[in-house]
Amino acid sequence: MVDLFRRLAWLLSLLPLIAATPTAAERPLILATTTSVDNSGLLKHLLPKVTADTGLTVHVVVRGTGAALRLGTSGDADVVFVHDRLAEDAFVAAGHGSFRRDVMSSNFLIIGPHDDPAKIADLPDPAAGLRRIAQTKTLFVSRGDGSGTHNAELRLWTAAGLDPRVASGTWYRETGSGMGATLNIASALDAYLLTESGTWANFGNRGALTVLNDNALLNPYGIMLVNPQRHPHVPENDARKFIDWLTSPVAQQAIDEFTINDQHPFRSAAGAETTAK
Amino acid sequence: MGEFGQGLINAATLIVSFDSDFLGIVGLSLRVSLSAVVIACLIGFPLGALLALSRFPGRGAAVAVLNALMGLPPVVVGLIVFLALSRSGPFGVLGLLFTPTAMIIAQTILVAPIIAALTRQTVEDLWAEYGEHLRSLNATRADTIATLLWDGRYSLTTTVLAGFGRAIAEVGAVMIVGGNIDNLTRVMTTAIALETSKGNLEMALGLGIVLLVLALTVNGVSQLIGASAQRQALRA
Repeated sequence: MVDLFRRLAWLLSLLPLIAATPTAAERPLILATTTSVDNSGLLKHLLPKVTADTGLTVHVVVRGTGAALRLGTSGDADVVFVHDRLAEDAFVAAGHGSFRRDVMSSNFLIIGPHDDPAKIADLPDPAAGLRRIAQTKTLFVSRGDGSGTHNAELRLWTAAGLDPRVASGTWYRETGSGMGATLNIASALDAYLLTESGTWANFGNRGALTVLNDNALLNPYGIMLVNPQRHPHVPENDARKFIDWLTSPVAQQAIDEFTINDQHPFRSAAGAETTAK
Repeated sequence: MGEFGQGLINAATLIVSFDSDFLGIVGLSLRVSLSAVVIACLIGFPLGALLALSRFPGRGAAVAVLNALMGLPPVVVGLIVFLALSRSGPFGVLGLLFTPTAMIIAQTILVAPIIAALTRQTVEDLWAEYGEHLRSLNATRADTIATLLWDGRYSLTTTVLAGFGRAIAEVGAVMIVGGNIDNLTRVMTTAIALETSKGNLEMALGLGIVLLVLALTVNGVSQLIGASAQRQALRA
């Protein structure tokens, strides 16, 4: 039996080897951002330049806008880079973020099957398009997850004077999932949905889906520093360095130059900064 | 059919290419899941054996709870570990969220009940067989547990593999506590989820096939080791 315990002791001695996590002396910056920024490939385009110019290492956690802001609120992210202006302003106003700065914008798009059963392609007004989808009770999938895109979609329904949630489960389906999962569902169901140019440009599984309205809404992105006074572990200098870089002329040019499949999904828009008062 | 064919080609290309990013993902998957299984065994073997040999009021309920915990939903475990390790949670000062260590903790919680529950069954069956004999030798409880665990080592191998299967295939918990960070906490399952969300279904399928091959390799190797150990034991 001593034999067995010797074996166990041997296994125990191995444990630190496999369980040990390398801890850097300098903590890398944790950036919480949205699927549209990451899935589009924009970060892969920008992050090597960040490291080259500033020496910063950035770890990216991808969530919907709502969940990304939650990571900032709990102090689990240092910088939050999302797209829901109202939620961002509320985040800063509540003191979770020190300030918010404009970075860039993309476009919301209404996507649907190319045979367009609700006939919305000839309607320049996106709200009118949504009204016709509701009238014809054609399948529409919604993120339903409190993300920036979901909130933009709900604002568009409000502009159309409709509450689609009364039809939830019938022609209006809330997936409660990320943009990619929702696009996959729309592709499988030949349904309409609201998406955003960054994710769409890089999305592979389109099936019969195509852009029917690219005039839906402007989609502004903002970046926020998580309040170091509330969360002292936030590496404020590094975080400020990163935000300054992303809003610098060099980065803004890189954002404008970024192309996926011959499309430019993002436009630089650095400028205005808001702080909590 | 096209997707499956392309998936197989992608899987083969990934394996042959020795792409460093890809190998990093495979390596991390193995490191996290094997670590979790080893820790879970250190907890689950003694716990399961102890429960098998103990008689106390409420033991039936304890066994039922342990068996039920085998069905712990990974997303719930991920959420609980996330809240515990969050900067705003009780263990926030450790700064473990979004690290491989957090992933190992979550998977250990998922795997330990499986190891403990199956060990309990194995040891209880052996105890029914050899209990009389061990009692006549006046064996201490620790000795009895060690003897029965050693005697049950071949069926316990299957127990360990069941735990490993749970860990390596799980996505819900590691996605939440690891964050799927490129080059840091991205494992096979979260990479598959990411490629699916990008609509790169062929690439996701390719990674899935590689994951299956990986699981098959681990199971095959352990079977070979077990078989050769068994042969040696018979010869001795």
